[in-house]
Amino acid sequence: MHALVFIKQVPDASQVRVNYETGTLIREGVPAILNPFEAHAVEEAVRLREEYGGKVSVITMGPPQATEALKECLSRGADNAYLLSDRVFAGSDTLATSYALYEGAKKIIELEGEVDLFFAGKQAIDGDTAQTGPGIATRFDMPLVTYLMKLDEVNIDKKEAVATRLTEFGQETLKVPLPAFFTVEETLNELSHAPLPWLIKAAQTEIKMLTGENVNLDREQCGLRHSPTKVKKAFTPEKRQRGETLTGSVEELTQKTSDILVPFLKKEK
Amino acid sequence: MAKVNEITEEEKEALSQYKNIWVFVEQTGGVAHSVSFELLTKARELANKLGCQVGAVSIGKSVSHLAEEAFKYGADKFYYIEEEVFKDYRTEPFRDALTKLVLKYKPEIFLIGATTQGRDLSGTVATELRTGLTADTTKQEIDPETGNLMMTRPTFGGSLMATIICPKNRPQMSTVRPGVFKAIPVEQPKAGEMIKEKTNITEDQIVKKILKKVVSSEGNINLGFYDVIVSGGKGMGNKENFHMIKELADLLGGTWAGSRKAVELGYVPQSRQVGQTGQTVHSKLYIACGISGAIQHLVGMQTSDIIISINTDGEAPIFDVSTYCIVEDAIKFIPKLIAELKEKNLTPVKK
Amino acid sequence: MSSKLEYDVIVVGAGPAGLSAAIVLAKAGVKVIVLERGKFPGSKNVMGGVFYSDCMKGIVDEFPGKAPVERHVIEQRMWILDDGSSVGFNHRNELFNKKPYNCHTVFRAKLDRWLAAEAEKAGALIINNTVVRAPLMENGKVIGVKTDRPDGDVFANCVIATDGVNSLFAKAMGLRKKIKQDAVAIAVKEVIGLDEEVINNRFNITGEEGVTIEMTGSYFSGETMAFLYTNKKSVSLGVGMVLKDVIENKINPNDLIEKLKKHPSVAPLIAGGETKEFLAHLIPEGGYKEMPKLVGNGVMIAGDAAMMVDAIHREGSNLAITSGKFAAEAYIEAAKNGDFSEKALLPYVKKLQDSFVLKDLKKYKGVPELLQTNKRLLLKYPKLLNQAAFEMLNVDGVPVKDKEKLIWKTVKKEIGIGNLVKDLFKLWRNMA
Repeated sequence: MHALVFIKQVPDASQVRVNYETGTLIREGVPAILNPFEAHAVEEAVRLREEYGGKVSVITMGPPQATEALKECLSRGADNAYLLSDRVFAGSDTLATSYALYEGAKKIIELEGEVDLFFAGKQAIDGDTAQTGPGIATRFDMPLVTYLMKLDEVNIDKKEAVATRLTEFGQETLKVPLPAFFTVEETLNELSHAPLPWLIKAAQTEIKMLTGENVNLDREQCGLRHSPTKVKKAFTPEKRQRGETLTGSVEELTQKTSDILVPFLKKEK
Repeated sequence: MAKVNEITEEEKEALSQYKNIWVFVEQTGGVAHSVSFELLTKARELANKLGCQVGAVSIGKSVSHLAEEAFKYGADKFYYIEEEVFKDYRTEPFRDALTKLVLKYKPEIFLIGATTQGRDLSGTVATELRTGLTADTTKQEIDPETGNLMMTRPTFGGSLMATIICPKNRPQMSTVRPGVFKAIPVEQPKAGEMIKEKTNITEDQIVKKILKKVVSSEGNINLGFYDVIVSGGKGMGNKENFHMIKELADLLGGTWAGSRKAVELGYVPQSRQVGQTGQTVHSKLYIACGISGAIQHLVGMQTSDIIISINTDGEAPIFDVSTYCIVEDAIKFIPKLIAELKEKNLTPVKK
Repeated sequence: MSSKLEYDVIVVGAGPAGLSAAIVLAKAGVKVIVLERGKFPGSKNVMGGVFYSDCMKGIVDEFPGKAPVERHVIEQRMWILDDGSSVGFNHRNELFNKKPYNCHTVFRAKLDRWLAAEAEKAGALIINNTVVRAPLMENGKVIGVKTDRPDGDVFANCVIATDGVNSLFAKAMGLRKKIKQDAVAIAVKEVIGLDEEVINNRFNITGEEGVTIEMTGSYFSGETMAFLYTNKKSVSLGVGMVLKDVIENKINPNDLIEKLKKHPSVAPLIAGGETKEFLAHLIPEGGYKEMPKLVGNGVMIAGDAAMMVDAIHREGSNLAITSGKFAAEAYIEAAKNGDFSEKALLPYVKKLQDSFVLKDLKKYKGVPELLQTNKRLLLKYPKLLNQAAFEMLNVDGVPVKDKEKLIWKTVKKEIGIGNLVKDLFKLWRNMA
């Protein structure tokens, strides 16, 4: 069993503060973390390895600092970690990113062997687009299962898996051949405290570098120049102001509040 | 070589081949998702500015009956595929079918609802088409200078907004969350043109098989689907008190949820958690009961239209983002509110 | 993974004491593992802070070299604050402007990370996000530690406990009793951003020169020390009060720092600055008398875990580093005979006794108690000093002799001759 997890190191969005004067984000002092959804993805991949044997590889496209997130994945039990980093990627939007990661993944397949299950988080908490995972799956032309809630069955020999995913109205269980691409929800599993030997092994595992030198890249598909979407401008949303404090006796408050809510009352059947 | 932002004559020529605005009409079991009509209204508005047409596109087993409603909300044309293989939504066949249609008819703009299905589908279609996709947009405008679509979206959980353009690739694709735009029927709906298309996709070509579907009233729930959310926090005291939260939500045609603290204390299942590590909602109405308003919670709900908060602590941070602040004990206040609303429950609400 | 995790030495806590021990050990070829509870070394550490270069000899030579330091200190001020006034002493010396610089202002999160990188370069293994819960014992000897992770027992010849002021390890070993409220201070610190030029102008410095200000006095209720240090693009402003006084006076530490910011001697220096960070930590205050037993069978304690802070001279990190170094040296010597019993590790204590570490701590061993019991020292004398200074400097037509009489009268009233003599004597006894 070989699982490949695509991860991203992101600023902790909950700690990002807004400078309303300049209309920019204050990123100083905001810690970089492993995208929370990917921690669960790695957890699932490692769970599979513990059950079926094999190995877990992780890859990220990012600047040199992204090694921190890769190290965290190794500490959670991943066997190999790859940093895909090259100046040509600067300014990549999701299309260019999915291309780069697709080529990086192909290289890992070449170096580490065929991959049975591909994982990514359902979205990154900085960009929130949820597009990169599906983009990579499409390039590989492999079945995509988004909003993964549970891997019911995995059969490496028969090359198939049964998975349950979230839908608008509840859940659906489907069967896909492997290899397949899964984007995961936090509810997929609970993060566990890794055994100490894993942390020691992680400390002694080197991060492997993937760059334009060792990965087959079509530069016409990379970076800002070849990203179809461009940021025209970025601005801070208007600071939400505190509204009206309703006053009065409890009876008056009940009256006022119910008046506000009347437009929302459900149709009488 | 042209600078990054410059556009050559050649490129302009290629782009001019793409015309009209398309909206994906999402349906499940023949019932259209309301977001489709919200997007048609917006598409009509944009099309009027550009002087082009609006095309609604739908794929399923039986979808032709949706055309009438599509025309009502401003579509000029209704493109559709009706085949057994599309009975249930699956990524791969829908992707291939939709891609084929786009390549044939070349719309310049394509809007898709940011529902679970829409987010699953849009990323794959955009990648196939090698075009740009901007997700979860909250604003769509036409740039009067270039005629390009300007798509605005929140990032960092809503702390920073970005306006995105897709100047050189077509179609310019966007997803929009339900409830962001309003669905407004056109004043004089015309009977539009219906265009039926076919695919050669057969069931044996599709590797993904659906084994079972569960419609749950409990379990994993997509809070973003609801206009009204009544949410409870630590201030609700215990799990039993949440019955009043559920009752209030029901009265208002919405659903119930909770803060991370409420989930930790066992009052609320994780599937109904609102917040940075739970779900982010942009509901029309969010009622926060006994929630203090830690930043991790605010990040998940502060872009809701109307926020009403009930908390005994007048300094609670939740009030900083509330439209209406009620400094009361939620446990005592809500039952009174429910009683008052039941009395007032007469005229149906617009929907 | 069924094989036992075995090392020569386990270091508990990757602060300056632990990392220094690890560097000295690793350089000598000892197989050492450092177990840190935080996400990364320094993540849980806070200091004012002033870092002394001298203690780095033998650990990282050519300090600071590439180490992340802020400004080198050329002027040190001591202020005694009262409401609305202060009396101060400065010393500025061009000798402090000559390399190698004696001390620098630093940020611990950056410095500890750098020191950890040095330890890894030397060959030490550092594992983060792991809490050491208890020692593993066999026949009264420490043979390893138990961590909070599955398969988390680690074995070694010797454990060096450097897990800080709240040392779980020292407690678990019974080497230390529960922390007494008068033996620790709670300190809060704000990093206030200011333009480099503004800092240079306000503190009368240029380039990378720095200034430190230590403060105490009757402005605060209770035993309190405050500080203001210049960093490259910010100042570190902090205040610490002995925990007992905090509790007795029902003080909120946040209010302490707000009060400090308002003092007329402090406010102009920080005006227009933007608070970038807010931190808090406990500081050992008990001194020599509160120190735990420093060595046992297979174990040595160093740094804050051993309460090694000399508050009078504002020294703590250098004591930690020096004690860490000594612990490492003691291990290396004991390893020659393969004996890590308490007796074999006693040279650790001897090194401390022969060095400034225990010599200085011993010298001031009576001060903590003196300051706690004699409230006059920090509450009355500073007030009187300020009043006397004002009286003498305020030219108002009153003859000098009359002014002196007034001051003396106030001293007699507020303190009393008897107490004055006693206090001077006690101060001399405990400080000289």
